[in-house]
Amino acid sequence: MERRVFSVIDNVRLNETVFDLRLAGDTSGITAPGQFVDLDVDGLYLRRPISICDYDEGSIRLVYKVVGKGTVIMSAFGPGKKIDLLLPLGNGFDRNKSGDRPVLIGGGVGVPPLLALAKDLMSKGKDVKVALGFNSKSDIILYRDFCEVVGEKNVFVSTVDGSFGKKGFVTAIVPDGSFCYACGPLPMLKSISEKIKMRAELSLESRMGCGFGACMGCSIMTKEGAKRVCKEGPVFDKEVLIW
Amino acid sequence: MVDTSVRFSDLLLDNPVVPASGTFGYGKEYAELYDINLLGSFSFKGTTLTPRFGNPTPRIADCTSGMINSVGLQNPGVEEVLHSVLPEMRGYFHKKVIANVCGFSIEEYVETARRLSEDESVGILEINISCPNVQHGGMSFGTDEKMAYEVTRAVKRAVKKPVMMKLTPNAPDICRIAKACEDGGADAVSLINTLLGMRIDLKSKRPVIHNIKGGFSGPAVFPIALRMVYDVYNTVRIPIMGMGGVSSAEDVIEMMLAGATAVQVGTANLKNPYACKEIIENLPKAMSFYGVDRLQNIIGEAH
Ligand SMILES: Cc1cc2nc3c(=O)[nH]c(=O)nc-3n(C[C@H](O)[C@H](O)[C@H](O)COP(=O)(O)OP(=O)(O)OC[C@H]3O[C@@H](n4cnc5c(N)ncnc54)[C@H](O)[C@@H]3O)c2cc1C
Ligand SMILES: Cc1cc2nc3c(=O)[nH]c(=O)nc-3n(C[C@H](O)[C@H](O)[C@H](O)COP(=O)(O)O)c2cc1C
Ligand code: FES
Repeated sequence: MERRVFSVIDNVRLNETVFDLRLAGDTSGITAPGQFVDLDVDGLYLRRPISICDYDEGSIRLVYKVVGKGTVIMSAFGPGKKIDLLLPLGNGFDRNKSGDRPVLIGGGVGVPPLLALAKDLMSKGKDVKVALGFNSKSDIILYRDFCEVVGEKNVFVSTVDGSFGKKGFVTAIVPDGSFCYACGPLPMLKSISEKIKMRAELSLESRMGCGFGACMGCSIMTKEGAKRVCKEGPVFDKEVLIW
Repeated sequence: MVDTSVRFSDLLLDNPVVPASGTFGYGKEYAELYDINLLGSFSFKGTTLTPRFGNPTPRIADCTSGMINSVGLQNPGVEEVLHSVLPEMRGYFHKKVIANVCGFSIEEYVETARRLSEDESVGILEINISCPNVQHGGMSFGTDEKMAYEVTRAVKRAVKKPVMMKLTPNAPDICRIAKACEDGGADAVSLINTLLGMRIDLKSKRPVIHNIKGGFSGPAVFPIALRMVYDVYNTVRIPIMGMGGVSSAEDVIEMMLAGATAVQVGTANLKNPYACKEIIENLPKAMSFYGVDRLQNIIGEAH
């Protein structure tokens, strides 16, 4: 983990409440999709954790939903703005587990970190399928991005109100595969853990004090004892989680 | 050349900057970022006789110029700390460390303190009688003079190393608790632990913290902490480790002027993992700016 200053390339609104923030800076520390950054937001005390949606040698992409004070301030970030980040944080997804036909499942603003994962798995020649769930058509994000990476026929979408794709929860449209990677709201992860037979890695959220393992603010109890979501996580094997 | 060293009880510290318990783990996460041997010392995570998972999450709430935590003393227990954590720590930290101890009965405090005191790395025992995040323990010892006196005396009898009692700002009169600790034989006091606070989430209209209330810390509490250090300095003769919101070299100097011999830095480390390193690097410049040659000489100068 390092503290680095990044500068805003652009901060584009994707829909009513979700923004796509691209930042330029040193990304050499990032080791896996699914890791996150902790942003210092002017005027606020604690940093805000956001998953790395995508990255290359000189930039990262963060896709975030405006839900409160910090993300409101972030939504006004303009090009050139300097931002103090801690990165990379957390373990990220373990791509060695994927098998040949990995399935990625995302719900709402849990979708972003799966994009870099999809790219990485494609580059390893895997047959990647993606299932995305949203509340409504207007909430859909990154659909085009995923279609570009894995091909439109491999992207499945569901909406709770049926305004796009299949009506219902994303767990109902999960294709068969060799291993599952998921990120999204807790009820979705719980349902995946119960209903999907595949082995799986799930990415969790927790309120964080530090984001780098020092405060024990984010801990969860697992079958292997106490774990810090920010350090041993945010990605956990389905088998170790206790619901 | 300015002199940043201070003598604190038995320890000669290269500088008075000491990361506060609960914000620095056992040092490992920070040792990966910088050489933590530049610290005066550090106080490790509150350790109890048996392992504790702590409170349910959410345990953290953001505040204006600070935060609330309700970790509830998550720690691996004294056995694991002695047999695996501290031996590993000696690989990256070569100075004496401050052992932060918590308990739920006098016997537990005594037993945990005694065992930790036998470890070669431990320089001072910091007895936390001020944790607001656990029931039937912690803070109840720190809000009652008689209890504070009893714990201090019992721990003092059981260990040979210096004993520093960590006080809570949630006591009706922190000075009387400090005095009770001094009377019980304490070699030092440290203050302040966190102030009891809460936040409510406007969306869910429910308390943010699972346990509803937690301990408030960070820059917002600095003036309160400073005032308490000032008052306690007037009350006891034993050295004081001052803390609460300290985030800069200037804050360190101010705490010492109020009466602190050394200064702990807590929450600031969580926002900026390099906070202590930066404070130590900025100290000589700040000292020169304010005409301070020797930090040891300014302790309590504001009185
Ligand atoms: C590992 C991780 C990755 C994340 N990735 C993304 C992402 O890619 N896109 C995205 O939109 N959101 C993501 N989140 C959620 C995001 O951190 C919160 O939405 C954000 O912190 C809200 O801040 P706020 O000030 O706008 O909200 P407020 O409600 O005002 O925040 C108050 C406090 O609560 C914390 N908080 C609020 N909601 C959450 C939450 N869901 N999880 C953790 N802390 C929270 C804030 O950090 C802050 O400390 C992630 C969270 C974690 C833990
Ligand atoms: C996340 C967190 C955990 C803490 N855990 C402990 C602890 O285990 N033992 C203890 O004596 N104090 C603990 N404290 C209190 C701090 O050591 C310190 O007294 C307090 O936070 C005030 O200083 P600050 O404003 O610089 O943080 C904790 C504080 C925080 C923020
Ligand atoms: S947020 Fe501090 S340990 Fe995870």
